[in-house]
Amino acid sequence: MSTSTQPKVVHRRGKDTVKSWPLPDRIAYFSCWAVGIGLCLVAAGLILFMLNKGLQYVSLDLIFSNPAVGSDQSQTGGFLAPLLGTVILTLVGTIIAIPLGVATAIWIVEYGRPTRLARAVESGIEVVAGTPSIVLGIFGLLLFSNGIFSFMSFRALGGAVAGRSFLTAGAMMSLIALPLIFTSTREALQQVPAQVREASYALGKTKWSTIRKVLIPTARPGILTGTALGMGRIAGDTAIVVILLGATMQIEKVGSAPIVSTLRGTGSTLTSYVYNNSPAGEGNAPQKAYAAAFVLLLLVLALNFGIDILSRRSKKEIV
Amino acid sequence: MNSPTPLPPIKRIDPSRAPKVVDPRHDTLGAADAIAAAVAPGSSNRVERMRIDDLSIAYGTKPAVRNVTLPVREGEVLALIGPSGCGKTTLLRSLNRLTELTDTAVATGSITLNGDDIHALEATDLRRRVSMVFQQPNPFPMSIFDNVAYAIREQAARRPSKSALAPLVREALEDAGLWDEVGDNLDHPALRLSGGQQQRLCIARALASKPEVLLMDEPCSALDPKSTEIIEELITRLREKVAIVIVTHNLQQAHRVGDNVAFMYLGELVEYGTVEQVFNAPRAERTQNYVGGVFG
Ligand SMILES: Nc1ncnc2c1ncn2[C@@H]1O[C@H](COP(=O)(O)OP(=O)(O)O)[C@@H](O)[C@H]1O
Ligand SMILES: [Mg+2]
Repeated sequence: MSTSTQPKVVHRRGKDTVKSWPLPDRIAYFSCWAVGIGLCLVAAGLILFMLNKGLQYVSLDLIFSNPAVGSDQSQTGGFLAPLLGTVILTLVGTIIAIPLGVATAIWIVEYGRPTRLARAVESGIEVVAGTPSIVLGIFGLLLFSNGIFSFMSFRALGGAVAGRSFLTAGAMMSLIALPLIFTSTREALQQVPAQVREASYALGKTKWSTIRKVLIPTARPGILTGTALGMGRIAGDTAIVVILLGATMQIEKVGSAPIVSTLRGTGSTLTSYVYNNSPAGEGNAPQKAYAAAFVLLLLVLALNFGIDILSRRSKKEIV
Repeated sequence: MNSPTPLPPIKRIDPSRAPKVVDPRHDTLGAADAIAAAVAPGSSNRVERMRIDDLSIAYGTKPAVRNVTLPVREGEVLALIGPSGCGKTTLLRSLNRLTELTDTAVATGSITLNGDDIHALEATDLRRRVSMVFQQPNPFPMSIFDNVAYAIREQAARRPSKSALAPLVREALEDAGLWDEVGDNLDHPALRLSGGQQQRLCIARALASKPEVLLMDEPCSALDPKSTEIIEELITRLREKVAIVIVTHNLQQAHRVGDNVAFMYLGELVEYGTVEQVFNAPRAERTQNYVGGVFG
């Protein structure tokens, strides 16, 4: 290598430092930098705060005992019922949302006909995605208080349909998860090259078996990612719980059938528990609110982690 | 726009502008009759698997294949050559009705498989009997085993078990010359194979349903010379098992693997004959211009 050209290069490189930039560039650069650092600090602070408060107040006792009526914090029990409530509600919402979201995405990407209806459905899903959950909640209450939906909840003493239950809340919750599952499935399907579909048809496969045996397995990591996001949103929502689940302290069953009785009954979730026990609610047990919030955070993180592993594993089978 | 009249339908093209089998202005060697005789039924004593008869295909009003008549015979490799855009792919894809996936494609004429009109068959059944390998290797994002097994599964009324499929998968991989390389790693994702291996996997997949005709659309154009050589040897070997139609724009390749050669130009069949005849003594002037000088 010739050394005569070397100094020139070094010189030019040395000139291209932030110091050599024009003033507006430097100001812009440092503001972006400061904002970035600032956001990191906020996020780190939030997590440290949650960790600190959470670890301070959380205990196995709290997790494994049910809420109770009491005049001070030492008598009001733990949050086992709300924890189970979060799990049940998330499962109900997800189980409804996955088939709907995946089927809609398949229809849009693989058939897309009639074109106008497909467009309308896509915009419809966008509208749902942008609807505040409290609007979904109040709409759900109106809808599910109808007589025909009495099988989903129960009749109150006067005979009116309550419209509140894990099922009705879960149905509305599915609308929160659906756009996320739909979008990520749609994106995953759109990424499958047209050649792969053609290869399947060329082997004498029908469209349906191509979808079932090739496209859905290929899109699985995408479906899982959307599901994880959706589950996180359901677990974190409060408005629909307060309106449609009733936020009763315990899980109140309806009837005696094993699973159905729970699904038709009311309950609470960690979010409504946090709200009710925070200084904003009536419980005024902030320490339990911190502990429950901490558990909720852990739950959502664990969920994302688990789904990430699953999605990575199914990706590994593919590529 | 000067002419308000729409393009004429394929069947009624002005003969002076778009001639039939051979343009008389170029037919200085009297090729038309010789080619008509060569493509006629009974011109060879080999069994005819498929017959393309007076086939024309257009995309909307734009003709891509014009009045082509060709036989596809057992134990032979038919090489389709011609410049890019002359309709080779379109012709090939019509043989297993893949052209039907293109909404604008319109076809006239007839194609038969063992004497039966292919449009009278179920498309799914036809495509198992006339299978296809594409220009780009396109394995499914699943394991090597599943890629091959996918072609056979669901064919039977009852779902065959993995152990029942294993011998068939092995046989297909052996036919495609891939077994020695992947036999121990059938669970590996197909997308981790090299390009040449992926293409041989696609050949194995196409052979798994024991087709009568194998269609190959420039199967080596995306591959390195070594993989190309392996696949050409494979084609020569497979000829005994299955009738092969291969599209290639590589004349040397057509010369190496072909038994019969069809030269297409602007959608028409210009020349058809044995590989020696087409390359050494082309009858049409356009064939001479196209293949001339290629072999020194
Ligand atoms: N899907 C399609 N839609 C419209 N025109 C097409 C389509 N596929 C091919 N064509 C046209 O048909 C003609 C023949 O194409 P093709 O069969 O791909 O030729 P080749 O394989 O010989 O290159 C070309 O003019 C091409 O532009
Ligand atoms: Mg082509």
